[in-house]
Parts: sequence; C-alpha cells; structure tokens
Amino acid sequence: MPAEAVIERSDRPAGAARARELLGRWEVLVAALFLLTCVVGQSLSSEFLTAESFTTASLDLSEVALMALALALVVVAAEIDLSVASVLALSSAVMAELWNAGLPLELIMPICIAVGALCGAFNGFLVTRLGLPSLAVTIGTLALFRGLAFVVIGDESVTDFPVAWTDRAFGNFAGTPIPNTMILFAILAVAFGVLLHATPFGRSVFAIGANVEAARFSGLRVKRIKMWLFVMSGAVAALAGIVISLRNSTAAANVGQGFELVAVAAVVLGGVSIFGGKGSILGVVLALALLGAIQKSLTLAEGISSYWVQIVIGTLLIGSVLGPNLVRRAREARGSIPTRRGKWPLRRAATPNAPQQ
Amino acid sequence: MERIRTPWAVIVALLALTLAFAACGDDDEEPTAGGANTTAAADGEIKRGLKFVSMPKQLGNPYEEIEHGGFEAAVKELGGTHELVGPTDASASSQVPLINSVIQKRPDVLGIAGNDPNAVAPALRNAAKRGITVVGFDSDVAADARKIFVNQASSEQIGRDQVKILAEQINEEGEIAILSATANATNQNTWIKFMREELKNYPNMKLVKVAYGDDDDQKSFQETQGLLQAYPNLKGIISPTTVGISAAARYLSSSDKKGDIALTGLGTPNQMRKFVKDGTVTEFALWNPADVGYLAAYAGAALASDLITGKEGEKFKSGKLGEHTVGKNGEVILGPPTRFNKQNIDEFDF
Repeated sequence: MPAEAVIERSDRPAGAARARELLGRWEVLVAALFLLTCVVGQSLSSEFLTAESFTTASLDLSEVALMALALALVVVAAEIDLSVASVLALSSAVMAELWNAGLPLELIMPICIAVGALCGAFNGFLVTRLGLPSLAVTIGTLALFRGLAFVVIGDESVTDFPVAWTDRAFGNFAGTPIPNTMILFAILAVAFGVLLHATPFGRSVFAIGANVEAARFSGLRVKRIKMWLFVMSGAVAALAGIVISLRNSTAAANVGQGFELVAVAAVVLGGVSIFGGKGSILGVVLALALLGAIQKSLTLAEGISSYWVQIVIGTLLIGSVLGPNLVRRAREARGSIPTRRGKWPLRRAATPNAPQQ
Repeated sequence: MERIRTPWAVIVALLALTLAFAACGDDDEEPTAGGANTTAAADGEIKRGLKFVSMPKQLGNPYEEIEHGGFEAAVKELGGTHELVGPTDASASSQVPLINSVIQKRPDVLGIAGNDPNAVAPALRNAAKRGITVVGFDSDVAADARKIFVNQASSEQIGRDQVKILAEQINEEGEIAILSATANATNQNTWIKFMREELKNYPNMKLVKVAYGDDDDQKSFQETQGLLQAYPNLKGIISPTTVGISAAARYLSSSDKKGDIALTGLGTPNQMRKFVKDGTVTEFALWNPADVGYLAAYAGAALASDLITGKEGEKFKSGKLGEHTVGKNGEVILGPPTRFNKQNIDEFDF
C-alpha cells in the first residue's frame, strides 16, 4: 500500500508534538482516575485510605510492578512478552530446587536471574533470528516455561527459606509503611526510566517501535536491541520470581498465574501504545498505582466478589487500547487528514511492521 | 552505529540489587491490641454478633461452595454475620492479597481452606496479631498460623479407605492410577502418601502413575483419556478430588472400557448419582462437606468467645453435631468418611 505509506510519513512530523501533548494528557488522565478510585474506595470502606492499605496493596502488586517495567520497553519496541509470569514461576521452581540441593541463597538468586535472562534470550532468538511474531512466540513459551517449572520442582513446594530473607521480602523499609519490595521497585523504575528516556538505547527503542524499517535504514541494530529487551524482561521476571518466593515463604511451580494479564494491563493503561513507539515509565508507574488502588478498594468493600477485580482490569485494558484510537479517529473525522472512512487507525499504525520485501 | 552497552549495566545492576536488597532494614510490626470483642464471655456462652469471614481455595468450586454454605448456616445459628471472600484461581499465592484486606476489615473469626500451607502463613500470623481468630478447615495451613484445624476425617483413614474400596472392586490385583488435583495440593498429597502406605498390603496392585487434573474439569477429562491410552492394562483409578472423579466418570461412561475399569475416590452424591446408576462407578466415599464448614464455624465461635484456646483435650459444643474434642496440634476431626453406592446414594442431596 504505497499511497498510504506516504500519508503515514507526512503525517508523522506534524503529529509528533501533538502526540507528546496527548501523552502528557494520558498520564494526567490516569492520575485523575487514581484519585477517583481513592474517593470511591474510601466511600466503600473507611479502611481504604490508611497506611496499612498502602503497605498491603503495594506488597501484593510487587511482582507485577517489577515485571511491568521491563515489559514496558518491550511494548514500546512494538513487541510483547506474555511469558513473564511463567518465567517468574520457573525462577521460583529453580530457586526451590537449588535450595533443596543445599546452595546458599546468595548464590541461588543470581543463578535464577541468569535462568530468566536465558528464557528471555530464547524468546528473543525466536523473534529476532527466526522472525516469528512475539505474540505467538511468547504464548508458546508461556506454556513452555510454566511446564518446565513443574518439571523442575514437580508437586513440591519449598518453604524453609531463612527467616532473615523472608522477613526482608515481607517487611517494611526502616519503620515506614513502605514495603522493602517497593524500594526495590523504585530503584528499578528509576533505572528503567533513565534507560528508556535518557539514553541512546532508549531512543533506539522508540525509533524501532515507531517504524522498524526506518530504524533499520538509519543504522540501528534492530535485532540486537530487541534481543536485549527480551533478555531484560526475562531477567526482571526472574527477579520477581525470587521476590514472590521469599515474600510468601513458598517456592512452587504454580505461583503467579495470570500475572501476565495484570502486567500487560499496567503497561497499556500507562499509555504505552500496544503498537509501539509511544509510552513512558512514569505512565506505567501511575497505572500500577491505579491498579493497586482498584484491587484494594474492591477487596476491602463488603460483599464484592474477586471476579470483579478481573472484570475491571479487563475493561480498563480494552478501554486503554480503544481510547487513543477513538481520539485519533475523531480527529480524522474532523477532517485534518483526507477522509479514510471505515478504516481503523490501528490498521494504519500497524503498517510499518508489515513485511516489506 | 548504535552502541549497546547500557543493557549490560541494567543486568549487572539487577544482580547488584538483589544483594543490596539484603541491606534493607526490616522493622517489627507493632502488635495491636485484639479486636473489638476481647472480654471473656460469661459462663460458657457463645457471644452473639460475631463477625465471620470464610475463605475458600477458589470461588466457583461446587465442593467448596457446599462447605462454606455449612459455615454460613452455622454462623446464622450462632447469631453472627458472614462474608465469603475468595480468589478466582487456586494458585499458591492467590489468597494472600485477600487475607491482607480481610485483616483490615477486623472480623472476629477467619475460616480458611488454604491453597498452600506456607504461602498464607505470614499473612495469617498478622491476622492473629490483630486479634482475629483463625480457623483452618478442609486443607490445613501451617500449624502456627491457625488456632484450630477442622479435618474431614483423619487423613490416614481417607487415604487408606480409598485403596480398600478399590481393592474390593478389582479383586486386589492389577495396575492402578491416581488422578489428583493440583500437584502441590496439601490434602491430596497427604492422602496419596497414605494410599502408597496402604498399597503395601496389596502386593498384586501396582500404582503406575499419579496424574494431575488441576481441579479443572477439562484437564482432568484429558488426563483420564491419557491414562487409558498410556496404560492399556489399567484396572482402576482413584481420584481423591470431586472435580477429578466426575470428569473421569464422564470419560469412562462414554468409553468402551466402561465397567472394565473401576473408578473410586472422593465425590459428591449429586455429581456422581448418574454414574453410580449407569454402572460406571460402584462405590465412592466422602464426608458431608457442609458439616466440615459447620464445625469450623462452631470451633471459631468457641475460640472467639474464649471458651476454648485450642489446646489438646478441650471440648466444645458443635450444634447439631453434638460435641467435639480438640486433638493433637489443634486438630478437630469430623468423623469417618461415608461410603456411597447404589443402595444409599438417594438418601443424600449435596
């Protein structure tokens, strides 16, 4: 579709400032939703706006929060990693098995992260070297890594980790209501924020996500960069596996089922475009706060079933993909661009990724 | 050409962070004085108006629903209020966030069927610190995380009984398999341990495989299919889970091996009635799950009213069930399992 491609390019520079403006507004919107949730949450239960709520809600979200950071970079590059929760489980299983074998935790933890990085490299290999779509690849490894976790540890669950470590993962930071895991998250959030927004590597990630062909022609080593993104995602998911095992004093192969859904929801709700090229770590952090507040308010309210947490997260996920598209569509309908009736903007956004040869 | 050093820094930083994590200080939770009702009740009466929360392993599991229905019925008799709070999946850690929120609601009694004995323990200990009485039932949690555990029957008896029932049906010989729930389900694994013990008394019966249907109907159905294909000489299947046994029965009743392979285990009469009547299943066992929940609520009420403390030998009134005694490790046993067959199945409705 050469004609459309031309429109696409000419549209871009003019739209860039506007897109940034929109992005800014998106984060404001998420923050506003967060405040709204706080108001609603407090009206549902007087226990909502308490330090204890903050502690437990953020603790409960620790692993998803960690995974969402690395996942955000993957999504900015117009890829996806759905295997994160399974890598988390595999990391937990490996941790259990090595602990049973008598290794010290200080040695086990780096090994787990290495295993996670290896899982990520496997995803990255299939995506970049064999050219398979990451959606299909990581749905496959979602099942594969979870299965491996069961092979590694089977029906056991290991629970005798040293109390010094489990207390560290379960406890709060120096007398504050902030869980230690959130300190870890904050450090990583800053690290990933700097990586994405203030380094050449981060700019390459945006460039690849916006237009992979243009990125390639301008000399970026697209495959290698994507490979790194998957490796990082795997390594961080493995770190989350360590955290959840210590926090619950239980390492088992079935931990964290369905976490990938919440992590993807956090990323997309945070304003990272599912079609790549747009997004910020700040947005993801805000979205995580929103998700945490929603989960907390629903579980604190009397007589609301946990199914509602899933329903709300699913709805927000769809809403956050649909929202920006509707805005763009409305703009187009107003006539700033020659009319393209009946076509969803998302199809246009996907065009740069289509095979070129 | 872009230089790609930065990711290395991130990976190294990750490794360094796990170690730096060690340096983070940890603080002590300040112990809070117990809940609203801590004054001792006068002369052995159960306090009225107690607030109960019960937490199943997973919402939507029919067996758990019956159990927690019994819990609720007892709460009504006791004049308290009840709320059911449960996760949507049965993974090891899914109950933890819910327990954390329940603690904030400050009920007097929390009755819980644990998904994983240890994953929930830190949160439950926290609950106890806030003066909430924790009672385990159905599937136990770490002993120091609850005051009392209400057991359906002794685990040993349940495990051994199922092997005995199957042995009667297959004349004590042939290959057998077990179709269990999730691979780390506490109660199933304990029963399977005693099944293996009991099997030592039957030298001609050989356990060829323990399969896991994850308490998922479709998966259990497929696992049954897989067992029959992998072991053509299979004589019997024990499924110590209600989801597993009904899925297995459904598969067997439509397969050409119906009647050749004996199926027993733990099932509810309503789920299994059809298969008992069409000859797929001869006999299976279960306790009355509603009574398990019922007893747990009475135990929780007695504890919360300071009538008992959970020590061995203490007795408490258990409504229509009469009286029960606390055993070793705070365990209270409901009674021996009931066997269901063509003769008696119509007498039960659950």
